[in-house]
Amino acid sequence: MNTRLEGKAWKFGDDVNTDLIVPGKYLELVNYSEIALHAMEGIDPDFPKKVRKGDIVVGGRNFGCGSSREHAAIALKQVGVGAVIAESFARIFYRNAINLGLPVLECPAIVETVGEGDILDVDLIGGKVKNKTTGRELVFVPLPGFMVDILEEGGLVAYLKKHKDEC
Amino acid sequence: MGMTVSEKILARASGQEKTRAGEIVKAEVDVAMMPDLTTILSINAMREMGFRRVWDRDKVVIVLDHVAPASTLLAATVHRDIREFARDQSLKHLYDVDSGVCHQVLPERGHIKPGYLVVGADSHTCTHGAFGAFATGVGSTDMGAIIGTGKTWLRVPETIRVDVDGKLPEYVAPKDVILYIAGQIGADGATYKALEFGGGTVSGMSVSGRMTLCNMAIEMGGKAGIVEPDEKTFKFLEGRTDGIFDPVYVDEDATYKRVLRVDADTLEPQVACPHKVDNVKPISEVSGTRINQAFIGSCTNGRLEDLLVAASILDGRHVHRDARLLVVPASKEVYLQALDRGIIRSLLEAGAVVSNPSCGACFGGHIGLLAPGEVGITTSNRNFKGRQGSPEALVYLASPAVAAASAVMGVITDPRDLP
Repeated sequence: MNTRLEGKAWKFGDDVNTDLIVPGKYLELVNYSEIALHAMEGIDPDFPKKVRKGDIVVGGRNFGCGSSREHAAIALKQVGVGAVIAESFARIFYRNAINLGLPVLECPAIVETVGEGDILDVDLIGGKVKNKTTGRELVFVPLPGFMVDILEEGGLVAYLKKHKDEC
Repeated sequence: MGMTVSEKILARASGQEKTRAGEIVKAEVDVAMMPDLTTILSINAMREMGFRRVWDRDKVVIVLDHVAPASTLLAATVHRDIREFARDQSLKHLYDVDSGVCHQVLPERGHIKPGYLVVGADSHTCTHGAFGAFATGVGSTDMGAIIGTGKTWLRVPETIRVDVDGKLPEYVAPKDVILYIAGQIGADGATYKALEFGGGTVSGMSVSGRMTLCNMAIEMGGKAGIVEPDEKTFKFLEGRTDGIFDPVYVDEDATYKRVLRVDADTLEPQVACPHKVDNVKPISEVSGTRINQAFIGSCTNGRLEDLLVAASILDGRHVHRDARLLVVPASKEVYLQALDRGIIRSLLEAGAVVSNPSCGACFGGHIGLLAPGEVGITTSNRNFKGRQGSPEALVYLASPAVAAASAVMGVITDPRDLP
């Protein structure tokens, strides 16, 4: 994958849990495209229609808390979200997102620096987010090398196909 | 420098003498558990990674529990495909729809031991820490790699020690303790950390109560919840396992990120108010709130002692005419014990609906949904918006005693105030 991303910001609040991202009634689904039809349904049922490929989800604290359902990360990735930037993430969602090849970046000041619809330019390796709408720039701690490796392969499945003894 | 329980278990599982919080280890897994709704994604991931067989057919455990029995064609198909997989892989442990909630079934059927590293494709896998195991939830892709290789990478967590001392007042339960702790620590206060529960109150608790504590570690973002094993633990596991244990205890000079002390003597029943688990208030602040449904069950509070306290409160009383009470034993074993002791009859006669063991009512699955504008009080673990049906419903979390008392009165009620 490309380590430079540019997309429009969709802002959400604190404690966006995985029940809100994909409600429990859809957990029987196993097809990624069908799961994606319900991305963010608990907050904004029209999100899948409005979001464009490469757009960036911006969250507050504890993004992805709650259930371990990978459906949440699958839905965001499959609907075209290019990255999730949040003040902090819940552990299991964070891991699921990396495993699926969806960049997740912890950036403490992101909510106050970004407005809904702002255009963001993200440098995964350099650890920088530039808000092209306002000109402001933020830094974040870059992802550890092995996570970047997994992202660059497009996720853990592709990564393990290449490196079968590592997981 | 001493080690915490988590550091010791992860050192053993990764073949090292010592580990420290913050290190990343590659650990060997003792048990890998999958419930029905995440199994297919995990199997697909395993196959796509190029693994044809699971690494150990004795260590992979599948429980068909979330939609049990299947209520939709999709769920029926998921169950059918899982059964085929289990047959094809000659898995030794597939618990079908009659069994119960995975976190109750695993310890009952002898899959959990002190010192084990347990991973499950369900966030409440932390429940098994009640037996002195390090148990944590993962997603399906991680689980695909785990069932293919038996290994996973884990960051050794820092530990928050929670010491609870004193005697819990009448009708104040382990659930009230953990709700109080969640209110203190917050919904992300334990993210990436383990919670170790100790102190005299925890030593005095049943295994069932300890499971309630550990179950909700994830509601604070916790990676694991742990109670050190003792005679009660071994007694529960006797006859369920081979009885050979390698228990792990914390060193006196272990390093904690934070120590929280809770005084049990002064605790009153606690209620987590909508829509966040850490929005916790003492019951005196919310009593009188109208409810439409009370649910007693789940991996948090669907065990025999939970049903017993509910039955004792409903004895000689009846569910309020404007409310309904749904009781779901957490497993077949619990159900049978409750039948033998006359609890199920008492609950039914008091106006409860008693359903077969499943997760459905907890997560907005196939039973017990709330309509728009309705209010539920539940003994389960999450009160997220939309969790139990409509996003316009309100969900309060409480103990079985509070849920039962509220069902009787039709409003949130402190069981000590019942007429």
